Amino acid sequence: MGQKAVNGALNLTADVLVIGGGPAGTWAAVSAAAKGAKVVLADKGYCGSSGATAPSGTGVWYVKPERELREAAKASRYTIGGQLAEHGWMDRVLDRTYENMNKLGEFGYPFPLDPEGKPHRRSLQGPEYMRLMRRLVQKAGVQILDHSPALELLADAYGVGGASGVRTQTGDVWTVRAGAVVIATGGCAFLSKALGCNVLTGDGYLLAAEAGADLSGMEFSNAYAICPTFSSVTKTAYYTYATFYYEDGTPIEGAGSKRGRSVIARKLLEGHRVYVSLDQAPEELKPLLRVGQTNFFLPFDRRGIDPFKDRFPVTLRLEGTVRGTGGIRITDESCATVVPGLYAAGDAATRELICGGFTGGGSHNAAWAMSSGSFAGEGAAAYAKRLGERAASRDLRSASSSSFASGKEAGFGNASRRTEEIVRAVQEEVMPYDRNLFRTGPKLESSLKRLDQIWNEQRERAIERSAEGVKAREAAAMTATARWMYHSALARKETRGMHKREDYPEIDPRQHYRLASGGLDRVWVRPEPVKQEAAEKEGVPL
Amino acid sequence: MIEVISESRCVACDRCVSVCPTNVFDRAEGGIPVIARQSDCQTCFMCELYCPADALYVDPDSEKAVGVTEALLEERGLWGGYREKVGWGKGRKPVAAHEYMYQLSVKTGF
Repeated sequence: MGQKAVNGALNLTADVLVIGGGPAGTWAAVSAAAKGAKVVLADKGYCGSSGATAPSGTGVWYVKPERELREAAKASRYTIGGQLAEHGWMDRVLDRTYENMNKLGEFGYPFPLDPEGKPHRRSLQGPEYMRLMRRLVQKAGVQILDHSPALELLADAYGVGGASGVRTQTGDVWTVRAGAVVIATGGCAFLSKALGCNVLTGDGYLLAAEAGADLSGMEFSNAYAICPTFSSVTKTAYYTYATFYYEDGTPIEGAGSKRGRSVIARKLLEGHRVYVSLDQAPEELKPLLRVGQTNFFLPFDRRGIDPFKDRFPVTLRLEGTVRGTGGIRITDESCATVVPGLYAAGDAATRELICGGFTGGGSHNAAWAMSSGSFAGEGAAAYAKRLGERAASRDLRSASSSSFASGKEAGFGNASRRTEEIVRAVQEEVMPYDRNLFRTGPKLESSLKRLDQIWNEQRERAIERSAEGVKAREAAAMTATARWMYHSALARKETRGMHKREDYPEIDPRQHYRLASGGLDRVWVRPEPVKQEAAEKEGVPL
Repeated sequence: MIEVISESRCVACDRCVSVCPTNVFDRAEGGIPVIARQSDCQTCFMCELYCPADALYVDPDSEKAVGVTEALLEERGLWGGYREKVGWGKGRKPVAAHEYMYQLSVKTGF
């Protein structure tokens, strides 16, 4: 155990601390509070606008509880996900998503109405959804700490008991002692500026791993989104109506949004500029599409481009584990981790349980966030309750692998520039399509050699409890995430889900398992069996 | 990224300082907020959406500042366009409830 827990300007005690205020974190907070827990929610940015959901619109995996509909919904991505999902988990996520979406309607979310005047609950507009979630969190009596990233978990020999961080707008240090902690910090998109994703730097993975938790599915971390070159808007659904073109206006054979994203990547790698026109959109759909995703059209409108007619240049922007499915491994139905008192939800947790190794659109992601958030919040509240009086007298210490120091002690003069260099170096390993999208053993090994070095260099670095220190920790988290990703990718010698190995282009039935990973200085990877279930025997396709 | 805070429009409520997820703005004593860390902007448009005075403009380019001027925005009528489309603000109906949302979902599955 490390340094004694720091006492800052703000010291709070709670039953449950939720780190992260996106959909998973807010559902966790609301659900824990509903079980009678005293809850604090700390968000790195602002709970309500932070994260990938708030600036977006998303479909939701909302399926009526009718057997045929549910079976079809479960089968839809089972094979494409490499058969790594579990029917039991899909069932309970479908149940909980249905329940939570209905609750959102009761709480005042303005769902559109069908011709009979009944609410149609198939999608959520991010700004509306997350503004409502903030209100619900406040109404539940949860204390929100905005602009308060966590820098370290606090723990004793019995498990995790809180966290500490910095309030970036005041510079104050905060410490929350809590019976249980929910990590809902999102995935890692490596500061690629994918829409809303720059707060998602893998912070929670590092916090969890430092406390002894492991990860799962980190090889499923190479999601790239189609994005106009002049924009951050990584919404890809409408590219269903796209034709992809070379510079000279001839169509690119095989390029597409769903199956042909690799073709786009290869053309970009060859040095082509790739252009798109949504010229396949039927005339009568255009006004509907404009309303369906207002932010999609924003960049075009501001550049005077008609995307249904004009050609505009696109690129592929890394979304990492935000749209990929890897994350902290959870060990039971309450979204607990292997560390007592530590829970994980949303993109911070592995989504393999319902998606396997592939996610297309956002509907599963949104369903997972609200369901796993609820499970984790309830689990954490129950755990804190069992702890009872004992929680108050714990001798908590920092679980961090970083050493912290004040600015004067450590001489942080060049810290900011050094952090930028580290971030760029990590990005150079994880962003190129010929490394992360089209993977090979030798390329992964050479990346890992450099990433190990980048990690080792940072181990010597003292971190300041300040906004600057937060960035240094982000760099460390991205480095650690990249290493878990590539070690897992190296271990999976096949092509399954979104994980593509050019040297092993086929799926290998003998590798029908998940890959757990973990460790900081020494990274390890280990196969984990997929739970065999009764449903498979009943003839649901394997 | 964030380009402009309009001096003439801003009511100094500091809402943008609070809602920006990447903490791009600083409060200014007795004045309107300043864009203190422009390169940290992730181009998520949330500040624009939450601004009650339509006083902010985020350019779609997320990599570099393009140097838009207030006069140009005025001329092209670009203030508050996103907030209007989302249906936030007095007398507006949230786009989330728009009848096209239902029609689109039925016709396309989006």
